[in-house]
Amino acid sequence: MSAPRRPTDPSGLERYYVLTGGRSGPGGSASTLDVATLVVARAAPLPGMQHEHEEILRRCRDPLSVAELGAHLHLPFNILAVLLSDLLQAGSVEARDPIPALDAGRGPDLALLEEVLSGLQRL
Amino acid sequence: MDFKGFDRPGSSTAGDTRSVKVMIAGGFGTGKTTMVRAVSDIKPLTTEETLTQASADVDPLIGVADKTQTTVSLDFGKIGLNETLMLYLFGTPGQERFWFLWNGLFKGALGAVVLVDTRRLASSFRAIEEMERQKVPFVIALNVFPDSRDYPVDEIRDALDIAPHTPVVAFDARDPTAGRDVLVTLIRHLKDRSAAALEPR
Repeated sequence: MSAPRRPTDPSGLERYYVLTGGRSGPGGSASTLDVATLVVARAAPLPGMQHEHEEILRRCRDPLSVAELGAHLHLPFNILAVLLSDLLQAGSVEARDPIPALDAGRGPDLALLEEVLSGLQRL
Repeated sequence: MDFKGFDRPGSSTAGDTRSVKVMIAGGFGTGKTTMVRAVSDIKPLTTEETLTQASADVDPLIGVADKTQTTVSLDFGKIGLNETLMLYLFGTPGQERFWFLWNGLFKGALGAVVLVDTRRLASSFRAIEEMERQKVPFVIALNVFPDSRDYPVDEIRDALDIAPHTPVVAFDARDPTAGRDVLVTLIRHLKDRSAAALEPR
């Protein structure tokens, strides 16, 4: 494993431009990412990988939300979404969106609400 | 390839973990971050969205890092509800006019808690309007500050023009148990709404 590489200019828009190769918004599957989407690594970091990609894979061995990843990596949501879309396309992470209480097809999810309620009441 | 320490699909319960989210809304200084901090299992974190396009006409006093970069912050926490279900709580940015910039902020949320400072009811008008506009089910939680006067719930309900079926409760945002009870009120309200929606007409 190589030592972590730090970006030489760790602040501001220049850094984000470098990290994303100048892409400003995610395309494809990452465009649905939510701050509460859970990200799980499905592959190990590869040698020569971009530092931030490596870091995402390392931190997501257990499912971690996009918001937590952003806070830990000090990356704004839209920049992180671009990086995650790379990993999603490569199949090295899986993303799971938060479950809504109301599914368009199925109607209200009473079982889910019941599960949330009993979880809160056990606290 | 070294898979050591990584979950193979289907090999661990970690792969089954799911998330739900609840938004904590309300005007500036109504106690959103305080509530998130009180009920969260983790030390509350902040995640940001950098907005680079909409900054030209944005108030330069708030949240603007420079002329081309606006940052909107979300404080958040999480509660482990059981081994495979995580509840994420997001405190919305105090400046409601930024909400629409954060695309899909309320999408997929179970619902919202709108915090109200009874000394400054008007500060939460925008938050309530926004929940109604975006059709996010919500409960009103009156954050009782030490120097708040008595807060007759019915009067406040009238003043805020809250529908009769929407719960209005009073609590102390610093108190974890009280915060949890507000979340319980919200989920019960969501269940009631769902049950009503399922009833045949």
